[in-house]
Amino acid sequence: MTELAIQTHGLCKRFGDLIAVNELNLEIPKGEIYGFLGPNGSGKTTAIRMLCGLLTPSDGEISVLGLQIPRDAEQLRLRIGYMTQKFSLYDDLSVSENMRFMATIYGLGSAASRDRVEELLNRYALQGMRDRLAHDMSGGQRQRLALAVATLHQPDLLILDEPTSAVDPENRRDFWEKLFDLIDEGTTVLVSTHYMDEAERCHQLAVLENGYLRQSGPPQQLMDELKGRVLEVNGPDLRTVKNLVLEVPGVQSAAQQGLHLRVLFTKNGPSGDAAISRLNEALPNRNLSIIQGKPSLEDVFVACTNGEDHL
Amino acid sequence: MSGLQRMGAVAAKELRQLSRDRVTFGMVVMIPLIQLLMFGFAINTMVRDIPVGVVDLSGSAAARIITEQVRVTQVVEIVALYNTPAEAEEAIVAGKIRAALVLPRDLPQRLASGATAGQWMVDGSDTVVGSALLGLRNMPLRHTAGSPREAYTQPEPSFEIALFFNPERRSEVNIVPGLTAIILTMTMILFTSVALVREHERGNMELLITTPIRPLELMLGKLLPYVFVGLIQITIILGLGRLVFNVPFQGAALDLAIVTLAFIGASLSLGLLISTIAKTQMEAMQMTIFILLPSILLSGFMFPYDAMPRLAQYIAEALPATHFMRLIRGVYLRGAHADQMLTDLLWLLVFTAIMLTIATKRFHKSLD
Repeated sequence: MTELAIQTHGLCKRFGDLIAVNELNLEIPKGEIYGFLGPNGSGKTTAIRMLCGLLTPSDGEISVLGLQIPRDAEQLRLRIGYMTQKFSLYDDLSVSENMRFMATIYGLGSAASRDRVEELLNRYALQGMRDRLAHDMSGGQRQRLALAVATLHQPDLLILDEPTSAVDPENRRDFWEKLFDLIDEGTTVLVSTHYMDEAERCHQLAVLENGYLRQSGPPQQLMDELKGRVLEVNGPDLRTVKNLVLEVPGVQSAAQQGLHLRVLFTKNGPSGDAAISRLNEALPNRNLSIIQGKPSLEDVFVACTNGEDHL
Repeated sequence: MSGLQRMGAVAAKELRQLSRDRVTFGMVVMIPLIQLLMFGFAINTMVRDIPVGVVDLSGSAAARIITEQVRVTQVVEIVALYNTPAEAEEAIVAGKIRAALVLPRDLPQRLASGATAGQWMVDGSDTVVGSALLGLRNMPLRHTAGSPREAYTQPEPSFEIALFFNPERRSEVNIVPGLTAIILTMTMILFTSVALVREHERGNMELLITTPIRPLELMLGKLLPYVFVGLIQITIILGLGRLVFNVPFQGAALDLAIVTLAFIGASLSLGLLISTIAKTQMEAMQMTIFILLPSILLSGFMFPYDAMPRLAQYIAEALPATHFMRLIRGVYLRGAHADQMLTDLLWLLVFTAIMLTIATKRFHKSLD
């Protein structure tokens, strides 16, 4: 059994009548990238803030790196790196000033801090812009800076709240490469996202919706569980077909993707060939070709959230 | 050790940000400069040269002498002569003159019998002008018969008045040191009241509170740079006060430094407390004004403390500016030593400690 970096039991957070996080049970192993996938308002940020000790849970227990949170939050500070959703370094300080400031706050001595800052400037390709104000940097550059700062004190656990929401795909890819480098060095990473492609890169995933944990497990496993329930429908007049398909018993959702219609059956509905014939019977003389589709993470998300919320 | 380093890092960071924030940096210098010149030149509680008119109905030599005597007081400037009281009244209503002196037809007889010589018609809407003219009511008019020369060499006035510390009765002398209290209240509270709120608004706080920094380190680190800002400002005010307005410094530099630092500490910690209460920078500004207004009106800067009603005095006592107003005037104008004014000094120090404690207690490293 692998050691756990984060464990929660019955974690709840209520803001007045709003339940932001409900009965959340998590087991996040060390040395992996664990993803929170969910739309805005699903409770990702609230859960993360409770794990960091920034919010006091309304109910439930949290253990992070063996420490009881929020009781031992102060001890945890030196062992976690946190990247906030919104860029939270100082806009009016330069790259190196921001890094030196945070290094001192983390208690690195002046020599150690100088070396560590140089190392990170090189590692995150910030050497050329060390004197540039954070304000004048692009989204991708800011993210690299934020990641560099979050890892200044070489934390065991890195918590990233939607780290790439303001970053273009190429920089995003680059950013994930850096995360895997950190995993290689033994760091545990918890990352929240609402991008499917990002979620797919995680070792394990928790799908959150309206404060509830809907599904969890390795992305591939989650997708495999949907085998047979996803169909691709090709043919003319797909907008009309879509409405007809939604009437068919056992169909959970239908959405057009380019030239075909993607149909998802419910857990208890027919699957595989049975599903194909059910559709063919329900929609005769429509000149449709129906084949099985390869389940994607989006299907996983729709399957476990009933597709009520769109990403 | 690392606590001190963290505090220093916050202070250095704050100073760096301040130096890059042109508006705020400009305010550090411009607020004292503009206020000093504004208050020093424009606000003059010594009233001079009030425009008045004279209505001489007697046409006598005595009337000319009285008119001349009134003129040389310099309280008034005679800008017009009118033939009838009605004309003068019209001029007052029209705002051409603020008052008119009416000398009746039987003036010589009145003077001989010692009766009231004439009448001042005064526009009472401005009380300062009004009271200045009231002062003319009892002007001695004994030597009216002879030549003007005789009138100037009046043998004995009723009272001898000795004015200490400000013999020329220049209001700048009182205003300039007092102005330090107002400007420091304004800038010190303003700068620190937004200090923490700004980091909250910009999102810096969420990161900062996940670090090992302690609340007191953060608080003191934030205050430190503004101590220097405060010292720069008081140097500007008092330096210019001396150069431009010739306000003499009677005290010792050490005493000045002690009382100033005590007041800067009190204002900064009050600002910090506001910063832990306010949710937005806007709210912080509003609360600053809430403190600033009574500080200007009640601290003794505008109106003498002793002349205020009891309730206003109680409120004034709760304001750091009131205590500093006494200290700075004492040290600067009367050459008092800090230990001679221990009550006010201790009050400021205790106030600082209390405010800082509450602010630190109120500041939690969480987003709850």
